[in-house]
Amino acid sequence: MTTQRDTWTKPPFIANAALRWTVYLGAILYFGWVGLTMPIDWARVAEGVGRAGRIFGGAFPPSFERSGLLIDGFLESLKIAVLATAGGVLLSIPIAFMAAGNLVPRPIFYMGRGIIIIARSFHPVIVAILFVKAVGFGPFAGVLTLIVYSIGFVAKMLAERIEEIDFGQVEAMRSAGAPYLSTLVYAIFPQIMPRQIGLTIYQLDSNLRASAVIGIVGAGGIGSTLANAFGRYDYDFALAITIVIVCVILLSEAVSGVIRKRIQ
Amino acid sequence: MTTIAEKFGRDEWTRFTLKQRMTRYAILLGCGLAIAWALTSIEVIWAWVWGAPEQIGDLFGRMYPPDPSNLGTILRVLWDTVNIATFATALAVILSLPVAYIAAQNTTPNVVTLWLGRLILVTSRSVNTIIWALLFVAIFGPGVIAGIVAIMFRSIGFIGKLLGEAIEEIDKRPVEALEATGASRFKVIVYAIVPQIMPTFWAVAILRWDINLRESTVLGLVGAGGIGIILQGAIDTFNWPEVAMILMAIIVLVIIGEVISAFLRRRIL
Repeated sequence: MTTQRDTWTKPPFIANAALRWTVYLGAILYFGWVGLTMPIDWARVAEGVGRAGRIFGGAFPPSFERSGLLIDGFLESLKIAVLATAGGVLLSIPIAFMAAGNLVPRPIFYMGRGIIIIARSFHPVIVAILFVKAVGFGPFAGVLTLIVYSIGFVAKMLAERIEEIDFGQVEAMRSAGAPYLSTLVYAIFPQIMPRQIGLTIYQLDSNLRASAVIGIVGAGGIGSTLANAFGRYDYDFALAITIVIVCVILLSEAVSGVIRKRIQ
Repeated sequence: MTTIAEKFGRDEWTRFTLKQRMTRYAILLGCGLAIAWALTSIEVIWAWVWGAPEQIGDLFGRMYPPDPSNLGTILRVLWDTVNIATFATALAVILSLPVAYIAAQNTTPNVVTLWLGRLILVTSRSVNTIIWALLFVAIFGPGVIAGIVAIMFRSIGFIGKLLGEAIEEIDKRPVEALEATGASRFKVIVYAIVPQIMPTFWAVAILRWDINLRESTVLGLVGAGGIGIILQGAIDTFNWPEVAMILMAIIVLVIIGEVISAFLRRRIL
């Protein structure tokens, strides 16, 4: 006990006083300076209030008149999501094996990790805009984009699971003289299968979500329908699309949650 | 010693019973049918699909070598991107506190506020950042502010949901102890609730900042500021070497962001 205190005060957020004040001062300077120098046209922003009123005025009530377009867009999104999930999961299995440190030699391991890092670094919208330029507008660019997106996530999670497997079964198979492929099928696959199925369902759900977005840059699906409606100031139709997107996402989230819970 | 026949009632060992196998085949068939349906009805021009590897190779060929002549502009806009992510995260963190408070079952004043809180969280979370950005570009015009507001709207749902769950999981005893001494509602929050959710709060804020950094790189593609604007410009003018440079800058930014957030998480938690 150094000193007796009569009152209790809250312990400070950062124990070291010098560091604490540096952090506070740094935060104030950063937010103050950047906040003042940011390129913002305040007059235009003020005008936004009136515009917001007009947009929301135009958006209510949502118009489901062209529900044919809406359904077509959604079916296309669903097809994109299904194909991208199938393709992405198939491709991510070999990549996950490449990126599992306990199964392959170092150079292949680094190659596998490299592919995953590159696939993960780019937001799907950036990948989509490149594919749209390379292979043209439409759902095919969307499928390619979401394949890359799926590889980034599924291969990463699967590689982590492969690194955690119980190696005893692999050794048992090897000591019985099993060839490489049998070891894979009987010792490794059964251990990673539950995770793989869970990941696939999760990815289908998140591909459906992402396909609503990449359409905005021209990669097909409901996103394209939404971007078109927005571009033509059809705010009532845009609101209808947004409402349906939200409902479908909530539904697919619930369904995939139920399936994943039952598998585990 | 028991034989296989005694133990399983069959002569040969198989992993699954007949019924299990049939269910598995049925599920596989279902998946196969879904893929076949998608493949046959999707509207693509197959000639383009077969030509795709060549086209993609061609695109990457044009990107090489990357052109660093515009690096100054790229770095300046990259800084704008970081600012969009940071400001949006800071604002979202502040705004999500009251939302988390009314969306948590044990702190919400009444049922109406509980459902209001949940409605805000679900709306914010289910609409993607890019869709929010489309809306705010239409309202505020192209520029940084639309990006900040878009990311903020999306982040409120994410942070609010996780914080609300953290509030629901707190230890009730400090709250009851303070209430027993006659502390005001404000003091109960500051001294009994806030200290318990502090670790979650920082972890969520840092995680969201990392995600926002990624998202802010694409906002420009719909006009909402940041590096996406010059990326779109370079793509529209077919300036592929510069596109390659911008993509490399984005990768470096994302990796730096991940390193910083990993460092902060280790220091704070």
